[in-house]
Order: sequence, then structure tokens, then C-alpha cells
Amino acid sequence: MAVRAQFEGNNEIGVFSKLTNTYCLTAIGGSENFYSVFEGELGEAIPVVHCSLAGCRIIGRMCVGNRHGLLVPISTTDQELQHIRNSLPDSVKVQRVEERLSALGNVIACNDYVALVHPDLDKETEELIADVLKVEVFRQTMADNVLVGSYCAISNQGGLVHPKTSVQDQDELSSLLQVPLVAGTINRGSDVIGAGLVVNDWIAFCGLDTTSTELSVVESVFKLGDAQPSSIAQDMRSSLIDSMT
Amino acid sequence: MEFQGTPQAPQINYILCCQCGTQIEPNPTNMCVACLRSEVDITEGIPKQAVLYFCRKCERYQQPPDHWISAQLESRELLSICLKRIKGLNKVRLIDAGFVWTEPHSMRIKVKLTIQKEVMNGAVLQQVFIVEFTVTNHQCDDCHRVEAKDFWRAVVQIRQKTDHKKTFYYLEQLILKHKAHWNTINVKLASDGLDFFYTKKDDAKKMVEFLSSVVPCKHQSAQELISHDIRNNTFNYKHTFSVSIVPVCKDNIVCLPQKLAASLGNINPICVCYKVTQTVHLIDPNTLQVAEVSGPVFWRTPFTSLCSPKQLIEYMVMQVDIVLDKEKPIVQGQISQRHVLADVWVSKMSDLGSNDQQYFCRTHLGHLLNAGDTVVGFDMLNSNLNNEHIEKLKVEKLPDVVIVKKVYADKRYRNRQRKWKLRHLNDELHNMETESALNEYTDFLEDLEEDPTIRQNVNIYKDKDKIPVDLDEAEGQEIPTISLQEMLDDLHIGGDATGEEGAAMLE
Repeated sequence: MAVRAQFEGNNEIGVFSKLTNTYCLTAIGGSENFYSVFEGELGEAIPVVHCSLAGCRIIGRMCVGNRHGLLVPISTTDQELQHIRNSLPDSVKVQRVEERLSALGNVIACNDYVALVHPDLDKETEELIADVLKVEVFRQTMADNVLVGSYCAISNQGGLVHPKTSVQDQDELSSLLQVPLVAGTINRGSDVIGAGLVVNDWIAFCGLDTTSTELSVVESVFKLGDAQPSSIAQDMRSSLIDSMT
Repeated sequence: MEFQGTPQAPQINYILCCQCGTQIEPNPTNMCVACLRSEVDITEGIPKQAVLYFCRKCERYQQPPDHWISAQLESRELLSICLKRIKGLNKVRLIDAGFVWTEPHSMRIKVKLTIQKEVMNGAVLQQVFIVEFTVTNHQCDDCHRVEAKDFWRAVVQIRQKTDHKKTFYYLEQLILKHKAHWNTINVKLASDGLDFFYTKKDDAKKMVEFLSSVVPCKHQSAQELISHDIRNNTFNYKHTFSVSIVPVCKDNIVCLPQKLAASLGNINPICVCYKVTQTVHLIDPNTLQVAEVSGPVFWRTPFTSLCSPKQLIEYMVMQVDIVLDKEKPIVQGQISQRHVLADVWVSKMSDLGSNDQQYFCRTHLGHLLNAGDTVVGFDMLNSNLNNEHIEKLKVEKLPDVVIVKKVYADKRYRNRQRKWKLRHLNDELHNMETESALNEYTDFLEDLEEDPTIRQNVNIYKDKDKIPVDLDEAEGQEIPTISLQEMLDDLHIGGDATGEEGAAMLE
């Protein structure tokens, strides 16, 4: 299922939120509308947490995380860190990262198994990512852009990458991530996928401008449809064939 | 999904159009062209209809604010006028423009434009559209002024203080020959002269230049302020050029001021004007000495004619004695070689039969005169002259009679014999209501016949309407005529045969 949302009139919701399989962070806005969308969809499954990082609302671009952990920039205050630690499940490790490229969300894209990172990222940070998030780390670019976090969105089911990504690059990335990838757009033709879309294994949120075509691409590549005909056929095939024979 | 590890040649990756979902190559907007076109209209802000103002009278189009340009339909000029009328073209890039054919009388002009414009994210969109112009009739300022009879901007007033119009007849022919009247919009008769009207000051100036190159004259200019605009410092004037022609004509007798006579080679003050070109040509009938007085010289020391042509009376030549070279008076200045000095005895036509009074005089017309000829001259002995220069001369130095020219034959006879005619500038000038006006004109025609140097500046046309006269009727008199070689075929524009029209255009 994919849901459209807007943060105070802004369609770039990936900037103001971070979604993983075990928790969701949202920025503190003037109204609760944005939070309510997440709370309404996720409230029964995972915690949805209001937070800020270093006093900023652009939390989606500043932190990176998955089911296993959350990395926040060094500028995060103790109070904020404490609040996040208190709110997230105990299984999630929260760690400060001392990194020159402090907008971690822009330079790192990850699912629960693999992370793609900016080619210039520190060695220590790379190790920290591998330790905290429990992922394999690959230094990569996305259609000649170094900000891999900005130009793609990946989950354990699939990934949406920059529209200009060539077929070879898609194949290469797909082989690293072991998930299917599709080049596409979000927010009516915008190519900053990471900013327009947050996704986990069962739900995606995208900007209000996103067209139905883009939404259907998102749903199919992240396998979010409730009734995926292909998946039914896939799942039931073995039993059907069993009964036939 | 499994990874298919087969390396492939560079492949174009396709994405789905974010609006309609068709497969497209990624572009800056990530939309297919059709969607982009429906999304943004680059012709927005460019009016699809406009109005062109057209003056029906002079067939020109208005280019704002108040410029009028003549342009053919589908011409480059018209296209530029149309493009200037379209607002908002500066915000886009114009690739191509052309006309779409429309009926000329439909008063519609269609212009097909191809424009390019950058739309979101740096994508350049090209679009073709048509702008329809409605041609609306609108009288231009110039035509409006003509209609309102307030059209002239400059006038050239030509004046000559004489009581006949021979100079103007000659001037008319000069103007026709040199086509100096090209931009003249009107010619009007005024007392003592003519007014030439022009729409532009430059045209009037040109006319003044022309006049000062063909006749001795002086000119003055004046301007009258009609209106002005203090905001853009424009002034609207009417210019007047006043051209006064030297009031001495051919066959006038003059008395030169002493100073002038001295400066002209000590010429005898009593002279006959035998020709007027750019200068006044004077001859002393007693010595054949000639002098030329140019316009500026004349205006420095003006003099007038002693008598009008009406005061000249006819004499009968009784005896002619050519003065031999050795007996000729010795003079300092230039002597005419075309005249012959003669001593003649004349008597008044009116005296013939009543008395035998004869007058002696010397004349420069010795080559023309024989005993029995008629001449016209001025009776100085009996006339009451009122001239300051002549009063300074000694009475015994004054001649009794000054012979001006020979009279060839009866006017009516000569008129019948005349096989040529002149073209006219304006019929108003030749409104021959009075006998005297007609006489003046025929005098001018006779002058042309008598002097080839004058008629070299004049276009003479064959008169086809003249019925050939029986030569038997001629009384054997020799009258000066113009040879057929000197005449031109008159032009009849719009004649019966098409050949004639073509001939007219060749001229």
C-alpha cells in the first residue's frame, strides 16, 4: 500500500520522516496532520516518533537507519538522542557518527541487508555502518550522482532509482542489493526519489504530487499491493500443481 | 527477482511518463511530450489575435506608435510589422515565421509562428501556432491632413514684381523639363507669382535650390510654429520660402546705376536685356558691349525696367546702315559677336501718313533688320521717365529711340502657323480669360521661336490637333519657326491602342 502525504505544504516528505521496518521518525511540525498520516497507518505495528536532530526538522536527510539500528550525526544533542533511545525498541541500536558528510540520509541508502554509500565516506563511518546496521557496505554512485541516499529508495522487496540510471547500472546495483530495481520518478516527474518517498517492507509514503502512474510503479516494485496477482500465482502455484498431479 | 548476468551493449533505459504511464526516455521533466504539452502552454501570454491598421488611401500599414509603412501582402516588410504587433515574443525564442494564405479581401492576415521556450527543469519545448490579424481601416495622419486640406508643411512662394507672366511661363517649362515638380502637392496662382506646396521641408528646399540654379533670384525662409510638445521636445512648423526673381525680363530696357555700370566694364547705363538665364544678360545697343548681372549683384544694387512691354510702340524701319568695323566705337568690355551694330532711321507706325518725322538710333539688331521691317521700341524722347538713375545722366547722351526687337508678322498669322505646343504644369496657370493674358503667352511662344538658346531648355511637342494650313495663304513673309527635329512626340497616356501605353512607360 502506498499513501500520499504532505508536510506543511511540502511534497518532499522523505526529508521530514524516516521509515524502517521497526520504527518511524517524523519531524515536529506546526500541525499534527503529517504525523497523523503515519500514526494512522503504522500506529498499531511500529512506534511513530516525533523527533528533531540538532534542532532541525530535516531528520530524514540527517539520519540513516534500518531494522537493526539508527545512525545520527554528531551534532545531535544529548537530549534528542536520549528521547530517541527512549522511544525506539530496545533491539534498535542508536549511535552518533562523527562524519564530515553529516547529512547521513543523503549519502547513505540502505535496506536491512545492504547499504550503498557515498564514495568519499570515512573508513570509520563505513565500519560503523556495517556494525550498527548489520549490513554489507558498497561505495556506489547513482546515475553519476554521489548522493546515493537522495536519488534512490530501497526496501527489502525492491528499489526505485534515479530515472537516468542506465540499464547496466541498474543491473549492477540490483546484483549488489539482491532486489529488483526500477528507474522512475516521484512527485510528478521529480528525480529526487529519496526526498519524495519513504518506504519499508509493507508500506510506502510519497509526496502529494505523485501521480497514479508513479504510485503504481512504487506499489509494484516494492510489492506493496494487497492482492498482487503475480504473487498469488507464484505462491499458490506449487500447491496447485501438487493437487493437479 | 533473479539477476540476469548477461553483459549487454549500452541500452537505452526507459521510464514511465509520470502522467500517462507510456514508456519514454528520461528527460528533464520526466513527462512525455503530449503530457508536457497539456501541462504547459508556451504560447501563454502571446495573443492569438491582433489588429493591424491599414490606410486605404496610401495603402500603408501602421507601425506603432505613428509610423506608416507600405508593404505588399505576404511580404517581408508586412511580416516584420506583424511580428512587432505580437506582444510577448521577447519571452520566447522565435524559430520561424511565415504567412498562411488568406483571401486578400477577407481583411485577415494569418501568421504561422514556431517558438521555443524553456519549461520546467530546463526542458525546451517547441510549438507551432497561428496568430490571426484583423486588418482595420484607419486613415493615416498624412492622408488625414490631405483630407482636412491642412496638408502642406512647406511652401515656396515665387514672386516677380512685373506686370506680365512671361518669366513664369518660362519657369514652368524649365520645371517640367527638369521634373523639379516631382513632390509638389499643389501649385497655386498668387498675385505676382506662384505658390508651390510641399509636404516636406526638404522638398521645398530642393525646389528653392533648383530655382536659384536656373533664374537670378534671392530667397528668404520663415517658419510658423503650429504646435509643439514640451514633453518630447518636438515642434511642428510650417515653413515658407520666399523666392523673389529679378524683376528684369527679356526685352526690357534698363538704366543701370552708375556704380554698377562702372563695375561692368564701364558699360553705357542704358541697356537692353536680351536674355535671362541664371544671370541677366544686358547689351548696350550703341556699342554691342554685353554684361551679365547675377542675382547677388543685382540685389546689391537693384534697378528696374524703364518701361513695361505695353509702353513699347511699333516703328517702321526706313533705312539701315550697318556700322563698319573701323567705325565702331572702342569699348573696354566684352562685345557680342552674335549681334550686328547698325544705324537705323525709323518712324512711328502711328505717324505714317500724317508726318514724315524720322528718328535716328543705333541698334544691336542690324543682322535682322531691313528697310520696311516693323520693330518695337521705346520712345525715350517723349516718355515721362521717373527713374533716379536716368536723372543723373546727361540729356544729350540719351537715345531718342531704343529698338528692342523685330516684329515678324501678324500674331494671328503666326499662331496659325505654329505646329507645336508646350506641356503645362497646372491648368489654373493657363486660365486665359483675358486678351492680355493670351497675348503674353503667345509672346512667350514667339520668343521661343525666335531664340534657339531659350528653347534648348524647353521640351517642345508636336501639335497634332493643328490643321495644316495652305502655304499659298502665306504672304511670303519669313517667320522664325521651330524645326521638326526639335519637337517631341506628345504622350497620350491611356490611348486607344495598348502600344501607346507601353510607349508612354518607356519615356
